[in-house]
Amino acid sequence: MAALETGRPCGQSCAGFGLPPGQLLLACARTAAEVLWTMEEGLRCASLSAIIGEVWGDPRALGFTATKRLAMRAERQGVHVFLVRFGGAAHLSAARERWRVRSLPSSPHPYDPKAPGSPRWQAELFKGRGMRPGMWEAGYDRAAHRLHLVPALRNGAMAVAAGPASPAGLAVSR
Amino acid sequence: MERWQWRQAQHRRQASPSAGEAAEDAAPLVLAREGPHGPVIHDVNAAARAADMRPGARVTDMRALIPDLVVAKAVPDQDAADLVRLAHWAQRWCPWTRVDGADALLLDTTGSDHLHGGEAAMLRDMKRICAGLGLTARLALAPTIGAAWALARHGGNGTICSPGGMADALAPLPAAALRLDAGTVLLLRRLGLKTIGSLAKVPREAMVRRFRRIEVPTCNPVIRLDQAMGRTREPLVSVQERAPLRVLRRLAEPLGDLDGLERILTDLAGDLCAVMGDSEAGARGLRFTAFRVDGVALTAAAATSRATRDSAHIVRLFAGKLDRLDPGFGVDSAALAVVDGEALIALQDDLTGETKEALAMAQLVDQLSARLGEDAVMRPVSLGSHIPERGEVFRSAVRPVKAGDYPVQRLGRAPLRLLGSPEPADVIHAVPEGPPARFRWRRKLHDVVRAQGPERIAPEWWREPGRSRLRDYYRVEDDQGRRFWLYREGLLSDGRGGRPAWFVHGLDV
Repeated sequence: MAALETGRPCGQSCAGFGLPPGQLLLACARTAAEVLWTMEEGLRCASLSAIIGEVWGDPRALGFTATKRLAMRAERQGVHVFLVRFGGAAHLSAARERWRVRSLPSSPHPYDPKAPGSPRWQAELFKGRGMRPGMWEAGYDRAAHRLHLVPALRNGAMAVAAGPASPAGLAVSR
Repeated sequence: MERWQWRQAQHRRQASPSAGEAAEDAAPLVLAREGPHGPVIHDVNAAARAADMRPGARVTDMRALIPDLVVAKAVPDQDAADLVRLAHWAQRWCPWTRVDGADALLLDTTGSDHLHGGEAAMLRDMKRICAGLGLTARLALAPTIGAAWALARHGGNGTICSPGGMADALAPLPAAALRLDAGTVLLLRRLGLKTIGSLAKVPREAMVRRFRRIEVPTCNPVIRLDQAMGRTREPLVSVQERAPLRVLRRLAEPLGDLDGLERILTDLAGDLCAVMGDSEAGARGLRFTAFRVDGVALTAAAATSRATRDSAHIVRLFAGKLDRLDPGFGVDSAALAVVDGEALIALQDDLTGETKEALAMAQLVDQLSARLGEDAVMRPVSLGSHIPERGEVFRSAVRPVKAGDYPVQRLGRAPLRLLGSPEPADVIHAVPEGPPARFRWRRKLHDVVRAQGPERIAPEWWREPGRSRLRDYYRVEDDQGRRFWLYREGLLSDGRGGRPAWFVHGLDV
């Protein structure tokens, strides 16, 4: 369903975020339970660097227990796991960090005022273990290959130094 | 001492088996195939041969000679397949058999004649059994392939030639018996060398000087003579196939539960891996078959993305599939077979650990595709096309894929996500070719704040019909910062249809 609604990832643009398309492996599952099973199988494999699962809506299979299983396995394996949810509600989840991401008008294009510039997002950390929740404006710096997090509300939450520095931070666990 | 045996199975009887042997041989019968100018005789039986009919002649001419000639259609493909079957069947006499040409078999009976009561008794046995099958066999037994070939075709039927008497036995035979082509035989005839004996009397130096430049054996009588006399080696490569990689376990008691089936599978996988290790093979496709007591065979199949010999991995591949089998009243035996295999030598870990990582990745792909389906686990492959949905496609990761010959790298920015197929949108745009100002897509209205484009992609005239239109791609951002990749198909003035349509093709561009 997520693939129907939002399409499939495009390998060539992944290359723009520093991921060679040849290293991308895409698995299409029919149900949310299969998505979770696929992610768990991926966690058993030692050669993956990150796993991104996409789920549409609020399936029954995606309960607290399922997310806890995933989180604990991911911590034991030391692999980044991202669960991207579209069109769902923020129910109970055992994810270690939960972000809510919205699009923002992009930054001005350096050469063309009418053209969209580099993308920006509003990222809200509403739950995180050992972190203070907050809201940031995120932008991707292509040259330095990292995400910039700028505090949106000037509430002094600059203490969060653990901003995701990996490009896969685009995918959001909510 | 090696002994070669030659057997010639004459053309298959096309007449019905109920017809008597005598009646069959009495009437001239020919097999015909299609020639460039009407049907041509493919082969003839003894009576027709006696009436001076030869393969290659036209059927109409022969009908003029014998009006009641019986003509049947030749099926050379089926004859060849039958001959292969016959070669396997002939392994009842010796383990090394081979098809030779269109109508002959070669058997290496070295060391197996005593099992049949000696050479003469073995030939009699062969003749009797072939006659039982309705085949006329011409047999000869000789120390070399060449001598056996010559004696079977041009010597007496059932000749047994000893190593000492080989030269004498071959001497009266015509030069054509040396497996030479017609041109060389004609050349030898013009030189006055009509028999093998006369050829053997020519000084060897002279023969070698005359034929030293010819390397094709069928044109070089020196090579053929040496082969027939046993002065050079000529090995016989048997049709023997590699044994199928299959293991079977029979159970003392029928087994009714699935847990037992899993345990059998574990045992079978261990057995199979030992068998594969012996023959340095690896499995790409596997089939598990459980035989139920009531005569039903239950099967489950699995495929791997690279050859494997890991029993634990094989068991994991079948994990979800055994549950679907219904043991019924019980399973009394089970087999695990490699349906698709390839050579797999032992892998050694290198210092960088890359082998291990690639192996782990391949195992993951197998695991996922075993449950989700082979086509659900994919990798992107770049192909040589600028049209986005054609330039990069996702192909199954199980089968190894090769990138196109000329993969295209996009210069412009591609969207992060590409829709499966472009979706139509209603767009308000500046006429005639301006960027979009507002569009409706999936029943939602988006106001375009910023737009960049167009990026024009021309149609691929060598693939598409001539009416296909070009595409102008725009990167578009709406008032909430959502970014789309839209394109307009065609121009108003290109003369290839009415007003151009707009499509949304990608997101997060």
